[in-house]
This record gives sequence, C-alpha cells and structure tokens, in this order.
Amino acid sequence: MQTHEQLLQFIFSGLMLGSIYALIALALVTTHNITGILNMAQGEFVAIGALTACSFYEAGFSLPAAFILAVLITAIVGGFMERLAINPARNSSPLSLIIITIGVSIALRGTALLIWGTDPYSLPSFSGGESLHVLGAVINEQGIWILGLVIFAVSGLYIFMEKTYWGKAVRACVINRVGARLVGINPYILSFMAFVASGALGAAAGIVITPVTLATYDMGFVLGLKGFVAAVLGGINSVGGAILGGLLLGVLEMFGAGLVSSGFKDAVALIVLIIVLLVRPEGIISAVTGRRV
Amino acid sequence: MRVIITSVLGLLFLALPFIIKSNYLLSILIVIGIYTLVVEGLGLLMGYAGQVSFGQAAFFGIGSYTVAILTARYHWDTVAALLAAVVIPSAVAFIIGRPTLKLRELYLALATLAFGLLVHIAFNEGRELTGGPSGLTGIPYLSFAGLILNRDIHFYYLVWAFVLLVFLAVRNLDRSRIGRAMRAIRDSELAAEANGINTALLKLQAFVFSAFLAGLAGGIYAYYITFVSPSPFGFNMSVQFVLMAVVGGLGTVWGPVLGVGLVVALGEVLRWFIPLVMPRAGGEYQIVFFGIILVLVMIFRPEGLSGRWRKKQAAAEEGKGALETTTT
Repeated sequence: MQTHEQLLQFIFSGLMLGSIYALIALALVTTHNITGILNMAQGEFVAIGALTACSFYEAGFSLPAAFILAVLITAIVGGFMERLAINPARNSSPLSLIIITIGVSIALRGTALLIWGTDPYSLPSFSGGESLHVLGAVINEQGIWILGLVIFAVSGLYIFMEKTYWGKAVRACVINRVGARLVGINPYILSFMAFVASGALGAAAGIVITPVTLATYDMGFVLGLKGFVAAVLGGINSVGGAILGGLLLGVLEMFGAGLVSSGFKDAVALIVLIIVLLVRPEGIISAVTGRRV
Repeated sequence: MRVIITSVLGLLFLALPFIIKSNYLLSILIVIGIYTLVVEGLGLLMGYAGQVSFGQAAFFGIGSYTVAILTARYHWDTVAALLAAVVIPSAVAFIIGRPTLKLRELYLALATLAFGLLVHIAFNEGRELTGGPSGLTGIPYLSFAGLILNRDIHFYYLVWAFVLLVFLAVRNLDRSRIGRAMRAIRDSELAAEANGINTALLKLQAFVFSAFLAGLAGGIYAYYITFVSPSPFGFNMSVQFVLMAVVGGLGTVWGPVLGVGLVVALGEVLRWFIPLVMPRAGGEYQIVFFGIILVLVMIFRPEGLSGRWRKKQAAAEEGKGALETTTT
C-alpha cells in the first residue's frame, strides 16, 4: 500500500475536478453579484458549450476554432436568456426569478436533447502530451489545461474588474445598486453582460473537461449543482470564495469516492451543501473577509 | 347558486367513471387526483407561507417506498402501511424543517433541492431495502374491512375522496386565524413577526402538512401502480410539482387541481402530438415545453391561472423595495 501516493493522487484529481467547479461557481457568483439572481441554468451553458464544440470539431473545424465558436455561441445563448426570460421579469420576487431560471434550464436541456440526442460526444485532448508524474501521482495533461484555463479566466476577470470602466461599474453595482444607478450606471446592461459572460465561462468549462469526461445533453445538471455547492461553500458573493470552494469540493469528492465508494461521490456535494447552508449560510470565506464584497 | 354548481359538479364527478368508459382517461383522472394531493400541500407552503420546496418528490417517494417496503418485504397490513406512509414523511419534514426553514428563499430552495437529490440517491443506492434502480415489486392490493381495491374505479373514488377532504381542510384553513397568519408571513415575515405571529412554528406546520399530503399521495400511488422504482421521484418530478402549483395559481383552493389538470393534460397531448410532427422524437421532448411554459407563466402571470395574488404581491414587493432602499 502506497498510501501517501494514493492520497496525493486524490488531491491532484480533486484539484483538477475542483477547478471546473470553481469556474462554474465563478460564473454563478458574477451573475449573482450583479443581478441578485442565482442562475439555475448555469449547468446548461456548460453542456451546450461542450456539445457545440464537439459538433464544430466533427464538422472539420480545428480544436481552437471549435473552442472559440462554441464559447461565442453559448455567450449568445446566455444573452438571449437574459433578454427573453430575465429582463421581462426583473421586478418579480426572487422566488419567481429562481423558478424562471429553472424553467430556462429545463427548456435548454430539452433543446440539447432535441439537437444532440442522448449519445455521448467526445473531443481529443488539447495537446497530445504525456501524463506528468509528480511524487508518484499521475497528472493527466488535460488537467494542466483545465488549471490553466481557470487561472486565465480568474486573472481576466480580475483585470476586467480592477482596470476597466465596466469593471468599476460592476463593483459599484455590487456595493450599492441604488447608488450605482444614481451615478448613471445602467444595471440592465450589466445584467445582460453578466449573462453573456457566464455563458462564455460555462462553455469554456464544459469544453475543457470534455476530453476527460465526454459530453452529454444532461451533463449540465450535475455540474451546475456542483458549481452551486462550490459558490455557497465559498460564500455566494465572493470570487475568491468560489474558487476555493470549488477546489475544496473537488478534493472532498475525490476522497469521498476513493475512501467510501464511487456511488457516494455525488452525495458528498449534497451533504456539504446542506451542512454549509445550516451551519454557515454565508460561506466559509466571509468569516475572513466580513461582509465587504 | 354556488350550492347548485357545487352539487352538479359533485354528481358529475361521482358519475364520471360510468360516463367515460375509458380506462386510459380514468387512469389519467386518478393520476391527476394523486398529484393534486401533493400540489395542494405545496401550494399551501408556497402560496400561504411563502416558502418553496424543490424536494417535494422526495416526500412523495418516501411515502411510496414506505408502502412498498412495509408490505412487500415485511407483509404489513395494507392500511397500517398507508398510515406509515403518511407518518414517516411528516416526521422527516419535521426533523429537517426545523433547521432548514430558517433559511431565506434562495437558500431554502437550494436546501430542499439538495434534500430531494439525496433521497433520490438513497433510493438508488440502498439496494437491500429499496431494490436499487430496478425497484420493488410484490405490493399487494390495498384492502380494508374485507374490501379489496384492485380496479381503477376503486382508486378513482378513493383518491378523489381524499382530494375532497383536503379541499375542505384547506378552505377552512384559509378562513381561519392560521390562514390569515400564513398569508401575513408570505406578504412580510417581519410584519407578521411584529404582530406576534410565531412564524417559525407556522412555516414548520405548513412544511410538515405538505409532506403529510405528499406521503399520502405516494402511498396511494404505490398501491395503484403496485411497483416502485426511483425514477418517478427525482428532481424533474419536484420541478413538475412546483410547475403545477405555479400554473394553477398560488393561494387558492382550486388552483392546484387546475394546475395539475392542465400540466398532465398538456403532457398527454404533447406525447401524442410531438411524434406526429417529429417522428424521431421520444417522450422526453415534452420537457422543453414545460420549461418554456414555466418561464412564460412566471413572466406574464406569476399569480397563476386562478390567482388572486398579484395585487397583494405587488404591494409586498413595493414594501420590500422600500425596506431595501432604506437599509442599503
């Protein structure tokens, strides 16, 4: 028994899985910060992005072209969702809005079923390189791409928030929506942009894991749910929390699957969600940062 | 006038099985009755107490599995098993409701969703007890006092008798002090609290009552289908229950049965219609339309088809908005 190598393997695999959750959680947190909506259709963006990329790749596009096209198309889907379903109901109660996003998620999942059927689709791994061996644990080279994408997305978001006018507007909106409107920031445009961005982020997450897990029309439900758990775990208002929550959840799941049973893997996330909701609904991060956003 | 309409409707319902003569239609009416039981409870929770549950299919499933396990595995008396199918979900709701109902709307929705999914996983994974994904057979016919319920027409009367009881109960509740207190919670929890209403207790009661009805419906469902497997008790069913409650209209007695009737009828029509238009399509495609309808109803008629909710809700929203402006 090489226990420490096994544990290290759990941690590496968990971090790879967790960074996908982190990416989805990042999209959820961005939308929630700007619009106050928890988008239950986020997982569907992941599935649509992945499946669209597979279709483009099968149609003969190169992998990078398929990636970019799929991200663009899913971003458009996100924009349409905001215009057609969220914006007309922007004055509804939070309960109505959450039901609306669930309705959209059902409709999108059904549409994906119509277009792609129930077959799983696949993409080749991004670079044909060998797996890395670190201290006896194996790291799949697609895992490096996944981590790289997360770092890219996070730093992109950071630069956007800190350096651009729109980023400042977003932060103003987060701090005080009424105040932001008073100084001339239009929250409706920001809401639209938030959904476009979360479509793109979700799609990127879906495409980058497809070489490892395959893409199916219903992959979004579980992934979206894990994104939620990650976001709630980290604190629904905190970008750093979303990332930490995602990584933590990935590692916890891997340990749950490895040490208990693989059928138990999805239950881990749900149990974590319930415990966090009951014990610390504001998330683990806000303990450190307080209520400032 | 009201009395006449009600009696005519009542007589029509009693005579219906003899008029329609179609087992297919009769079975749909039974399913509508079963779902109505669930949705009356959910409607009470959402429309009166203002709380949403995305885990209602779990209580429905726990009721079904209670009947299945107790009768098929332990050979309990069928009526006793049905009682257990009511008691166990209520007890579960009581236990999980106490901490969960402290959560705000969004988090409550997530918590009930997580609970529903966990129960669904338990149905699949608890093979020794539940038979796993392949389910449990061998549920006997429901029988009491020498009467054996083994035909659709029996279930028709049984289910709708329960629905009638629930109608009367909800109607009375609506006009009672508790009903008014619940509506006060929905409109503003803070104001209700300030007026001396024990909001935590009332929300818990509504939650337990909704689980009670879902368990009852699940128990009857198990006897009707005589087979249980995890698939009808998943997240999709929970969403459909919410859809039915919302479409029918929240905060009314008739809303739930209207919503269930419409959604079930729509499901059946789509199941016939879609293959004509898209020959390759299977039954699952109807879910696209459910999603779209859910969105449209929430945007254009959030009070539902029979709702009398809009004005009050709008007023409540205004109040909330004002509160938000002053606190931020």
